[in-house]
Amino acid sequence: MKKLLVLTAALMAPAAHADVTFLGWGGAYGRAQTEAHLKPFTEATGIRTVMTDTDNPAAPVKAMVEANNVTANLVSLEQADVIRLCDEGLLEEIDPASLAPAPDGTPAADDFLPGALTDCGVATDVWATVFAYDDSRFPDAKPTTIADFFDLEKFPGKRGIRKGAKTTLEMALMADGVPASEVYDMLETPEGIDRAFAKLDTIKSEVVWWEAGAQPPQLLADGEVVMSTVYNGRIFAAAMNENKPFVTVWDGMQYEFEVYAIPKGAPDLDDAMQFLSWSTETQNLANLTKYISYGPTRKSTAAVKKTWEDGTTDMEAHLPTSPQNMTNSLETSFEFWVDYDSELNERFNAWLAS
Amino acid sequence: MALPIYATPLERIWYYAYRVICALIFLFLIAPILIVIPLSFNAEPYFTFTQKMLSLDPMGYSLRWYDTLLTFGMQAPDVPRDASWWRDAWTNARWVGVAKNSVIVGVFSTIIATVLGTLSALGLSRPEMPFRRTIMAILISPMIVPIIITATGLFFFYSSIQIREWGVPYLGVVLAHATLGIPFVIITVTATLVGFDHSLTRAAASLGANPRTVFRKVILPLILPGMISGALFAFVTSFDEVVVVMFIAGPDEQTIPRQMWNGIRESISPAILAVATILVVISVLLLAAVELLRRRSERLRGL
Amino acid sequence: MEGRPLKQALARAQSRAKRRALLLVVPLLLFIVVTFVAPIGQMLLRSVHNDAFARNMPNVGAWFAENDGAPTEDAFAALVADLRLARENRTAGEVGTRINYELGGTRSLFTSGARGADDLEPPFATSLVEDDAKWADPQLWQVMRTASSAYTASFYLAALDLTRDGDGNIVRVPEGRAVYLALFAKTFALSALITAICLLLGYPVAHLLATLPLAKSNLLMILVLLPFWTSLLVRTTSWMVLLQEQGVINNTLVATGITDTRLPMIYNQTGTVIAMVHILLPFMILPLYSVMRPIRPHYVRAARSLGATSWTAFRRVYLPQTVPGIGAGALLVFILAVGYYITPALVGGASGQLISNLIAYHMQDSLNWSMAAALAAILLAAVLLLYWLYDRLIGIDNMKLG
Repeated sequence: MKKLLVLTAALMAPAAHADVTFLGWGGAYGRAQTEAHLKPFTEATGIRTVMTDTDNPAAPVKAMVEANNVTANLVSLEQADVIRLCDEGLLEEIDPASLAPAPDGTPAADDFLPGALTDCGVATDVWATVFAYDDSRFPDAKPTTIADFFDLEKFPGKRGIRKGAKTTLEMALMADGVPASEVYDMLETPEGIDRAFAKLDTIKSEVVWWEAGAQPPQLLADGEVVMSTVYNGRIFAAAMNENKPFVTVWDGMQYEFEVYAIPKGAPDLDDAMQFLSWSTETQNLANLTKYISYGPTRKSTAAVKKTWEDGTTDMEAHLPTSPQNMTNSLETSFEFWVDYDSELNERFNAWLAS
Repeated sequence: MALPIYATPLERIWYYAYRVICALIFLFLIAPILIVIPLSFNAEPYFTFTQKMLSLDPMGYSLRWYDTLLTFGMQAPDVPRDASWWRDAWTNARWVGVAKNSVIVGVFSTIIATVLGTLSALGLSRPEMPFRRTIMAILISPMIVPIIITATGLFFFYSSIQIREWGVPYLGVVLAHATLGIPFVIITVTATLVGFDHSLTRAAASLGANPRTVFRKVILPLILPGMISGALFAFVTSFDEVVVVMFIAGPDEQTIPRQMWNGIRESISPAILAVATILVVISVLLLAAVELLRRRSERLRGL
Repeated sequence: MEGRPLKQALARAQSRAKRRALLLVVPLLLFIVVTFVAPIGQMLLRSVHNDAFARNMPNVGAWFAENDGAPTEDAFAALVADLRLARENRTAGEVGTRINYELGGTRSLFTSGARGADDLEPPFATSLVEDDAKWADPQLWQVMRTASSAYTASFYLAALDLTRDGDGNIVRVPEGRAVYLALFAKTFALSALITAICLLLGYPVAHLLATLPLAKSNLLMILVLLPFWTSLLVRTTSWMVLLQEQGVINNTLVATGITDTRLPMIYNQTGTVIAMVHILLPFMILPLYSVMRPIRPHYVRAARSLGATSWTAFRRVYLPQTVPGIGAGALLVFILAVGYYITPALVGGASGQLISNLIAYHMQDSLNWSMAAALAAILLAAVLLLYWLYDRLIGIDNMKLG
């Protein structure tokens, strides 16, 4: 018994708590944030960091704060969730003056892209929901447009789609021929919502629903689906690092900001603030593109050469912010989703269950 | 059940068909557990047997996924493997960290469950125990109540009493896992007390033994096998539990199953199969231990 | 002892023994009450208690307390005052979410209403409705009236796919929004199916184990116990490896030419059923085995010698003796299956989800905790009923492990 206690005491010693506890999205994106931000931050400052994977950190943040049990002090969130959580008083406010200026001295408030700084968050990258297919499954004609994703006759096989209303409804409308500029106006009307669900009905039987962003590359790799909606960075990482024959289709892509934020009442607030300001310095922000193909949010990063971790691939062409990828694209409206997120998800779940 | 000589031809056919059916069911039970073992040595990042593996080409096999278990999460995995590399792995590797947590939570919750469970099994087995049935039903209920309900309840309860502010690491998870392990201890210890002759304790007492001596010399040897196998059950329950950990554990209290849950959903690598293989080996060892104990107990009780 | 009647002394000794027995159990009982019973009780309270509206909308709450019937200008003025308050305290989202639980499509009404509340001019009954006609909906006012009390049965109604209409009558929810009853039905149906398959597979195996010589059956028993001791997540992972479209089984089927098209066996109900049968099968085999082992073969032999066919002998003589084992195994498997979460979550896809998964969804994603609690309460009631039945029929004392 005594031995046992000594042994467990020895085990417990190093398992001390971390000072920056980061809630991320897991998979390739989580890895990118770990490699580009968490590890170098620990090396530079000696402050310990720990990464926790979730499907979407927004829900745990809300649960933590409302239950008065906040364990994480830094989270990676979608813009709409940041606005919503901030509106509900669940996030700490962040003063732009506390962020590092650009290398040439431009204050952070002017250096970030418009809309990247909000009351409670600092956007770190621009990411996109695209769809990708396994090249080996389509030897002849290849899908090229968002409408092809819904074309079961020309491109038979299972599709992977994120289990949720956001991006799914927009995609359905765009595939149904609605121009990107009219998508949200249409979704505010009952007819528009019905139209989106009607379009989804056409492929419902062939859909595999995914929840974690790491799942679609895995579903494609396992041959579980022939094409899938996916975060563009994940599929690029899988194609590069695992040599998979995955092809990204940029037509109908939807892009938005990814944001670092701090839950209200977070422990070790100073450490979290230090991490936030360190990781959003120009060079550190640009370093993220070494591990994931998301576009940095500071203008000053344009001057930084961005290469993949293999050291040769130039990243400009693979970022959602690259003009050639934006020909038919939609900026996700956080205003829309702040208001409609819960009701449309409810409708979506009822639709899914029926 | 040998085939009787008066069996009709139809019965003969059935006799062999029955054996085949049973063999298939055994295969169904055991094959899924064994299949992960060879696959965990896959040199390729796939979940299926490659050509090379099937032709037993050594090139098709590798230990790379076991290596991943060590390197994943390390600060500097690529430096030469000297003492500082191992120190890095011990403190920073993700899987090493969760394994440590699993052991800590498992050991402490097992101790609590075994002590409390054994005491109450002793009480419950006394013939004069009042409200026996009701109390037994309450004590066994953590095994029956759906785990999601338990986890949900604990999430709110621990938040409302702010258990994380008490400064005792792992406290919430340990208490929760102890609760889940207790039914197993009660069931196994009670089983060893079935048919326990209470005149034995009275005889010992009348011969001058004080209650402590009676417990140590008479009761303990009889219930020890039950206690240990109950403790092993409790440990496995904790070691395997994921839902409660998901709901109430802090970021630095994640366990092996919790990490597996993450891994399964993004299982681009068979590293998860390497963990599974290690866990299968552990369960084989535990099973062997429990089997030995059971036989010993049966011998002791003269069954 | 002297001079005390024997009866009294005995009674005293008896009650002392009783106390001592109880004393051994009390620590654990207290522990279980604190770490298990109380938390679940506290959680269940949430199913009838939700003050998100009552707490944040005091003015309109006061109006409801004093007035019955349709909203007047006073009511609208109180509402606008509350919306302004909500804007200031950043509670419009919380309030809207509470109302949205019962009347879909209203969360945005509150958030945008609060945003514009400062610009509204009296009379508010017209200006608010001009802003959005939904504010005049009698059903909305009905929902606000019920929500203005912190205690409510609405979540139980919702869990049974019921709602209140504009006049306060309880009615079914529209077709497209009914989720829960069907899911409860599916959970019970799938659990029954899983129990039936377990019985079908478990019975012959238990019979074989019970009739083989002890040395052999102990050896084979390991094949039953190993899965029982192996981590749930390991077994679920194994099934993912086996069942997926490029998995071992499909590869074998295609390679041997049995089928050309790969069978979808995972991320649907099939996957849930297969994996859960595998996980729960030992819980069927073990109770069956412990009932079958003591059955002596003489009865069947006697039946045969009296002219019964082997089928008749089995059906009329052997089977009735195993009924307690069937009952114990079936009830145990069914109880465990009804509350299963992990396996359906990982291999169930969209169609293989059970009620536990929806509880988890409301806990972790939609954060409708009152709804989660109401669903949990219904599930718990069902499980406890079955547990009570188990105790009545089989007795908890007879539960055996390995």
